[in-house]
Amino acid sequence: MKIHEYQAKAILAKHGVPVPRGEVVFDPADAAAVAARLGGTVVVKAQIHAGGRGKGGGVKVVKGPDEAAAAARQMIGMNLVTYQTGPAGQKVRRVLIEQGLRIERELYLGLVLDRASERLVLMVSSEGGVEIEKVAEESPEKIFKAFIHPGIGLSAFQTRKLAFALGLRGTQVAQAGKMMTALYGAFVATDASLLEINPLIVTEDGNLLALDAKMNFDDNALFRHPELKELRDTSEEDPLEVEASKFSLNYIKLDGTVGCMVNGAGLAMATMDIIKLAGGEPANFLDVGGGANAEQIRNAFRILTADKAVRAVLINIFGGILRCDILAEGVIAAVRELGVSVPIVIRMEGTNVEKGKQMLQESGLNFETADDMSEAASRVVSAARGVSA
Amino acid sequence: MAVLIDKNTRLMVQGITGREGTFHAKAAAAYGTTVVGGVTPGKGGTTHEGWPVFNTVAECMAATGANASVIFVPPAGGADAILEAADAGLPLAVCITEGIPTLDMLRAFAAIRGGKTRVIGPNCPGLITAGQAKAGIIPGHICKEGRVGIVSKSGTLTYEAIHQLTKLGLGQTTCIGIGGDPLIGTSFIDALSLFAADPQTEAVVMIGEIGGNAEQDAAVWIQRHFRKPVVGFIAGQTAPPGRRMGHAGAIIAGGKGTAAEKMEALASAGVRVVKSPADIGSAVERLLKPNS
Repeated sequence: MKIHEYQAKAILAKHGVPVPRGEVVFDPADAAAVAARLGGTVVVKAQIHAGGRGKGGGVKVVKGPDEAAAAARQMIGMNLVTYQTGPAGQKVRRVLIEQGLRIERELYLGLVLDRASERLVLMVSSEGGVEIEKVAEESPEKIFKAFIHPGIGLSAFQTRKLAFALGLRGTQVAQAGKMMTALYGAFVATDASLLEINPLIVTEDGNLLALDAKMNFDDNALFRHPELKELRDTSEEDPLEVEASKFSLNYIKLDGTVGCMVNGAGLAMATMDIIKLAGGEPANFLDVGGGANAEQIRNAFRILTADKAVRAVLINIFGGILRCDILAEGVIAAVRELGVSVPIVIRMEGTNVEKGKQMLQESGLNFETADDMSEAASRVVSAARGVSA
Repeated sequence: MAVLIDKNTRLMVQGITGREGTFHAKAAAAYGTTVVGGVTPGKGGTTHEGWPVFNTVAECMAATGANASVIFVPPAGGADAILEAADAGLPLAVCITEGIPTLDMLRAFAAIRGGKTRVIGPNCPGLITAGQAKAGIIPGHICKEGRVGIVSKSGTLTYEAIHQLTKLGLGQTTCIGIGGDPLIGTSFIDALSLFAADPQTEAVVMIGEIGGNAEQDAAVWIQRHFRKPVVGFIAGQTAPPGRRMGHAGAIIAGGKGTAAEKMEALASAGVRVVKSPADIGSAVERLLKPNS
């Protein structure tokens, strides 16, 4: 799960990480009052779940309440396009107004899981404010890492090593140590999956602050963090994905015209791949899960056919535990009830497959069946083009 | 022969009285697996479907001689169940549970790595040795005793590969679902080294997916150490970056972990990489019959 920058900063502040003073506003009319409270130069920052906001006009440094109000008015409601939003952009609904700071250095700090070593790794770099992937590519020697044993936690010596590697001196080393320890504490306490401070700044008067903050959380751990669940902003997500998540369907909307319904994440990805190989474009990823029942299949159909780009649907099920006759029953009921009008190609295999196929044929509905995946893919791609296979 | 489980496996079930645990304990027994009992804390001393139930893994092991466990417990207790199996000294713990928090597994693996328990999963379909035994949810009736080992991050895609090999008459030795989480007990390399030592396994199917670096690491290892033919497939060639594709570990992060880079690494290590999941079986057939 993703959250906004201002929400991440509130969590970090609670764990003892120094962040700039600021407030979020949803209405431009409130911006002036916030700017007046903060005093002096302020920064107005669009809050969307995507990076690269500065280049798209989503971050403005302004003087005083009037300019802050003008910037907020301009940003709220605008479609902010960054390299992470895609060409359609993301609508700005709230802005963060923060105190302006005089910056001496911009550093980078990130905390993520390293799968190979089975450790959380704290990464820092003197190259703050740019994408870390770019630094890793062009000058990997500028990235310093500490691997953290979960039983011991982040050691003081590790924070010192990183601080000295960044060229910090004097009281800044202790400040950095305290900040890193607090960031690690916040990560573990919230079951985060990613924490990025980019940039972490050193101000002209020598203090360290998290000028930006990005936090993602482990969806599998949200059950023990009800307070985090409330931070979810569904307006940042695709409406169909939000709808699908209500029925525990694993659905991701894509740009193509071939809808797919599959059991199992790996097979669902492979089904998208084989549609592409057959010359089509998948409209979505959808895993209905291992124990999909008639209700789940109906919900899945509703989501799939609500996507107006979908021209044909491919159902690809390997019935292991899920029996093919149960699947056929669910599909027939859903198609009758919802009046699905696009062509449907069904490829199923596994337990009771003959019975399932017979039920589909005798239903009087317009299904095409296929025996293997390649055949199914080429048929559904033809159907999506409006050509009969 | 085959690897990890066989006729001598004495399987216990952690979470045996639950719906999933019950269903799959019965399916394993029906397949011919020796299921000896199970654990549900608080229900020790009772019997369930004819099997003795114990409060702890250690008690179950002592009383039944169990040498492997399959875990069907809710996600919040998943890491704890693995830790208990390791504490009892079970040689093999197969965790089917999906949705265990990553930090739980991070702590659990830090505690048990280097010990004597091999963990398969979590978030996996388990494993099956064709014609002998199974621990997990892979349907037995699609398997056929044969010549090919399978190691896979995905469940239904494993079934797909099994089905193709059965239809072609090649059959399987052992099929290992290693799981789709970012942290898993048994890696591709671990599974491949088991297959390397198994004379019955003549070829291996390796099914990976986007996310992480495990397939690339396996490619390097295969090139150096593995002499049997390998057919590889990577799911997620069309997956968008930054999105988690169902499995917790299946995500292209920072432009890394793409299907293209994995396929290239495997191909350059001599693995026969197929682009279509429908071609897995026929590719194995061609490798095993080089003259036809």
